[in-house]
Amino acid sequence: MEIGLGHYLAVASALFTIGVVGVFVNRRNVIVVLMSIELMLLAVNINLVAFSQFLGDLQGQVFAMFILTVAAAEAAIGLAILVTYFRNRGGIEVESVNQMKG
Amino acid sequence: MNPEISAEMVVASLRLMAPETFLAVYALFLAVLGAFVGDRGARALSTLTALVLVVAAVGSVIYAPLERTEAFNGAIVVDPLTAWAKGGLLLLAAFAVQMASVVFARDGSARFEYPLLVTLAALGMCIMIGANDLITMYLGIELNALAAYVLAAFRRDDSRSSEAGLKYFVLSAISSGLLLYGASLVYGFTGAVRFADIAAAADPDNVGLIFGLVFVLCGLAFKISAAPFHMWAPDVYEGAPAPVTAFFATASKIAGVILMARILMEPFGDLHDRWVQVISVIAGVSMIVGSLGALVQTNLRRLMAYSSIANIGYVLMALAAGSQLGVQAALLYLALYLPVTLAMFAGILALRRQGEDLERIGDLSGLARNHPFMATCFTMLLFSLAGVPPLVGFFGKLAAFQATLDAGLVVLAIVGALATVVSAAYYLRIIKVMWFDEPVARMEPAGPTLAVTLAAGTVLSFPVLVVLLGPLETAVRAMSALYGP
Repeated sequence: MEIGLGHYLAVASALFTIGVVGVFVNRRNVIVVLMSIELMLLAVNINLVAFSQFLGDLQGQVFAMFILTVAAAEAAIGLAILVTYFRNRGGIEVESVNQMKG
Repeated sequence: MNPEISAEMVVASLRLMAPETFLAVYALFLAVLGAFVGDRGARALSTLTALVLVVAAVGSVIYAPLERTEAFNGAIVVDPLTAWAKGGLLLLAAFAVQMASVVFARDGSARFEYPLLVTLAALGMCIMIGANDLITMYLGIELNALAAYVLAAFRRDDSRSSEAGLKYFVLSAISSGLLLYGASLVYGFTGAVRFADIAAAADPDNVGLIFGLVFVLCGLAFKISAAPFHMWAPDVYEGAPAPVTAFFATASKIAGVILMARILMEPFGDLHDRWVQVISVIAGVSMIVGSLGALVQTNLRRLMAYSSIANIGYVLMALAAGSQLGVQAALLYLALYLPVTLAMFAGILALRRQGEDLERIGDLSGLARNHPFMATCFTMLLFSLAGVPPLVGFFGKLAAFQATLDAGLVVLAIVGALATVVSAAYYLRIIKVMWFDEPVARMEPAGPTLAVTLAAGTVLSFPVLVVLLGPLETAVRAMSALYGP
């Protein structure tokens, strides 16, 4: 069987869906949310690289490089905020993030 | 496409992007300077940053090119619209820095990182406004967002502020994911990242492209807190330090709306009949959620969050028209609405009694008896937000409704009109509390910065801007002339 563009897109959309569902279904802790977000970004990268290869155009791969760097910065800032949150609350359970409502 | 890269091109591009270059260099300089001076010099660095932002704003407007010019092989576009928008948002950022330095000095929590982060966020917004391809758009959004997450969580010892930062981070990261997934599909199905190339290759019958477009629009709607992607806004507006909220509620809106307008009109201008339903639904739901949600709020900052959701609804309603008139109305609306919002926040920041910041509507009780000046300013601003003529809010709404009706979106206009009536209820409730309820103790004196901002916004909400309305409308028309007749 020839592996074509459609297969890559299917894998990417499956990963992306797992990421989105992971964010909303997970009830345990915020680290899992960060992992799910990372999964979403990686799905996008698969999409971009597959399209780039298929179209014979480099821009998609350049885009993927930028996403990788930004995702690293984003994870660093996310973890830093999580540390301040942990210091104030003594826990990172998703259910405890509800001091403000309405 | 055959990109040429030469030293001349880079220098010419940097010169064209002078405000951004200036701010980027200044941010690096400020990081080093801050490390040496430490938090003792936070006040001085804030004043310096406010001045630098004003200089960049003025420079952006003075050196604006008269026609559309592209930098870095078309990655960034500079034209009168982007120049004025940058000028406006940098000015709002300067106010945010200056107001914050007053507020943080009150409780002794001033830090030098604050002006640095606002500078970086403003730089990200400038890049969003000038973005002319998908990659630049994403980098601008992220540069702004990364600084904004930290700003929301800026009070490290306050659990509400950390929670606001965490919520903002998680939800905004998801929206970036949606936006990127959409961008990857748009790239895949058109083979281009440049907006002009996407427009040339866009095929209205391509399902993959439409799918990508919807994802991109959802991601952007998140950034401007349009319903149904608004859940983060009330919590972040309430939990983040108040001056940060003022910054999010004003400057971020300019960048988000202009980027949205550009995406809708440039790469997807020919697909208007595909996106008009999406934008109409987002606009309608925003107006309804914003108006109804605000009715039950007791916290002033949460109320302003819902008010801003509703107001973004009116802006999107104008954009849904998909015509030059629509873009023009959206710009006019923003230009009239943002000074009023800034002044509202200056007023909220000035509410302080016995060393404690007040943020509940009940705290305004009988304000008119003790502080007639403040109560008058608030009343004018609230009437303007409610859209009561002859205050400027009315003219913004008028333009938005005209554009919508002109495009034949009658149902959307009716929803908007009903939402306006509902929203008048909660604005009037605050006015009633201020003028007719029993007064409580006096507030602490607010100091000149907040008082001047409050007064300036009030003056702009009535006497001055009404006179300037004609020229403003002409200017806005000239700026939106790019978007067809």
